[in-house]
Amino acid sequence: MDLPTLWFFILGFFFIGYFVLDGFDFGVGMTLPFLGRDDTDRRVLINTIGPIWDLNETWVIVAGAVMFAAFPEWYATLFSGFYLVMLAILLALILRGVSFEYRHQRPEASWKRRFDRMIVIGSAVPAFLWGLVFANVVRGVPLDAGFNFTGSLLDLFNPYAILGGLTTLLLFFTHGVIFVSLKTSGSIHERARALAMRSGLLTIVVAAAFLVYTTVSYGTVWSGILSAVAAVTLIGSYIANLRTADRWAFALMATTIAVAVLSLFVSLMPDVMPATNDPANSLTIANASSSGYTLTIMSWVALIFVPLILLYQGFTYWVFRKRLSRASITEEVEPGAAGAGGGGAGAGPSGAGSSGSGEAAASA
Amino acid sequence: MNDLLDPLLLSRWQFGLTTIYHFLFVPLTIGLALTAAIFQTAWVRTNKAQYLQLTKFFGKIFLINFAMGVVTGIVQEFQFGMNWSDYSRFVGDVFGAPLALEGLLAFFLEATFIGLWIFGWDRLPKKLHLATIWITALASILSAYFIIAANAFMQNPVGYQINQAKGRAELTDIWALLTNKVALAAFPHTIFACFMVTAALIISAAAWHLTRKQHVDTMRPALKFGLWMMVIAGILTIFTGDQLGLAMVQTQPMKMAAAEALYNTATGANASFSLFTLGTPDGVSELFSIRIPYLLSFLSTHTLNGTVEGINDLQAQYTQTYGPGDYTPIIWVTYWAFRYMILFGVLSIVTAVAGLWFTRKGREPKRWMWKVAIWAVPLPLAAMIVGWVFTEMGRQPWLVFGLLKTSDGVSPNTTGLEVLISLIAFTLIYGILAVVEFRLIKKAVHQGPEEPPEPDEVTGEIAHEATVY
Repeated sequence: MDLPTLWFFILGFFFIGYFVLDGFDFGVGMTLPFLGRDDTDRRVLINTIGPIWDLNETWVIVAGAVMFAAFPEWYATLFSGFYLVMLAILLALILRGVSFEYRHQRPEASWKRRFDRMIVIGSAVPAFLWGLVFANVVRGVPLDAGFNFTGSLLDLFNPYAILGGLTTLLLFFTHGVIFVSLKTSGSIHERARALAMRSGLLTIVVAAAFLVYTTVSYGTVWSGILSAVAAVTLIGSYIANLRTADRWAFALMATTIAVAVLSLFVSLMPDVMPATNDPANSLTIANASSSGYTLTIMSWVALIFVPLILLYQGFTYWVFRKRLSRASITEEVEPGAAGAGGGGAGAGPSGAGSSGSGEAAASA
Repeated sequence: MNDLLDPLLLSRWQFGLTTIYHFLFVPLTIGLALTAAIFQTAWVRTNKAQYLQLTKFFGKIFLINFAMGVVTGIVQEFQFGMNWSDYSRFVGDVFGAPLALEGLLAFFLEATFIGLWIFGWDRLPKKLHLATIWITALASILSAYFIIAANAFMQNPVGYQINQAKGRAELTDIWALLTNKVALAAFPHTIFACFMVTAALIISAAAWHLTRKQHVDTMRPALKFGLWMMVIAGILTIFTGDQLGLAMVQTQPMKMAAAEALYNTATGANASFSLFTLGTPDGVSELFSIRIPYLLSFLSTHTLNGTVEGINDLQAQYTQTYGPGDYTPIIWVTYWAFRYMILFGVLSIVTAVAGLWFTRKGREPKRWMWKVAIWAVPLPLAAMIVGWVFTEMGRQPWLVFGLLKTSDGVSPNTTGLEVLISLIAFTLIYGILAVVEFRLIKKAVHQGPEEPPEPDEVTGEIAHEATVY
């Protein structure tokens, strides 16, 4: 495998990491109206991703930077061509990120409701649009000889891409619901499992349609095989959930997303962004990539640091492995003091200390 | 109407606006992470509750600020591709590498360990938990290095060659790129300025409480800490700024000429530095100015009889090298930005020195002095912003000095309407969030530190909540 191809797959790895990890963050955000009956419920939901949403979001920053460094032409064409779609993703990510930090800063119900709404929107919009973006990349767009996008915004909302957007929306939703069921105990856990049964069926139908469409219209043998694997693990995840095997359900769902994204990357090869108007204008792994020197340097950096990154991120997930429940949520003893910074409100007299221990009742 | 929908102009405004906005949060993130780390270290070492209170107090402000830094940072990265696609195609091979390094080496560390710190109070052993805030602080400083190295390439391109066939710059020496002399000078200058911004916030918060005679046992040490941080960081900012000036004269003499609005090459006493100029500083209609002889020569060359090249000579020189065109930045912007940077910075340091004097040996300053301490909070931030405006506007018309003009870097296929939509969207959202953010920080500051928590009787450890949000 030559260096550009290697980096094509490394870039795929970072996008897979992003979609698997921030995917369930989006899902958790979208479940607020479905699983959050009251503020305590919603706080449990948000706290399941509390320590990790930020590092999960960092995967897209790194994926973007890797794309910039390894495939500058691809980066330039994609981001300038999909300008308004990228803008919508950015604005949604801004709203979501600040809402996590802001919602607990004041005790008023109206204040929290406002940020809850923004979390839902800020999660649903990128969950849909990332699918739309990648489906359009696979499908191809009109490009001129300088690789500049010549289509319009409406071209991006074609049936195939909309189906792609719905697929990621539903995949991430169900992924998030399964994550909640894995990370909670008590009533929220039960309701999350039940919701995953319902949303899972719809997800299977839509995702299968998208994978078949992709394989028939743009696929290769290998991407077809990967799509089939993704379909099997998706159904496996559903069955695991049926049998209350939370860990299996989550692992198989994560595998589904990873393999599905990989199958999109494989179906692209050797292009990275096919031109629908003239194949000569297509961006390919070869003509979009950086020089051998840059890729060599980056290979060494990746070789050393990616294992380290996986190690310390794994450590974080291990530290916060316990399930949360309504009992984990500390009463707000002093209105407005529900604390950031390791918890100002924890200083209050009413038993903040119990939160660490009383929650691990449920088994995996 | 054409002007209104000019993608180049709009993209420049958007980049300027979003970058300045992003940089409102970055200095506090860098400085407050370190502050929290220092106070937490003091707590772990001495076990004095007041240090824990201060850690949490500044930690809370840090967190309100942190999310904004992250989400506005993503905009910065996406924007190169969205608005400056020709620039991205031209420099991606070189410029992308430090951004990727920043992500792999710094951002992941920062994002992971900040989560461990916020949520890990009762999950991690005390010393390991202390390590998480140090790693967060150091990672944020490391990320600043990579982004400044990337910026330094735009000021002083090194470590590359031009690939004519591909029409782009290609990296040939990563070490040269990372040890660019502009980066080596700009990095400490920026970091120490970040500490000044943080010190101003600490001083202001402490003064607000002390003037009300509350939280004295925590806020008195915080005040001292802030004042010393300001003085030390301020002096270091001046020294590193001087070094940066020397590097600038060597690599971008036009920027130094533009900083002084020096039209004709001057030597020795004539290479003077004007504190103030009345009239339009276009070299023709100077009405009145206060000048310090030799100072510009000293700033530019560290000698009294040095020669500083003027705008006219440089313009002629560049026309010869790069072809016909206007190679002069907007002089009134660079001239005044340079002066306001120095003025705001020096005022901050003077205020802090005065503060140390008036609070020496437990003395109580007068009420108006507390007022000054409280209201001086925006000075270093303002200095920092006009400093960056000077750095970036002084580079014009170049996007990458000598290689690519700003007008050649903009996305050719993005319409003015699209950029106008994004500019309006960013302005609106950023504006609203700025108000919310300011109020939340103010509220957190006014609330003051929480009372020290009771040690848990069973474990002897101090209990904290596991669910922060």
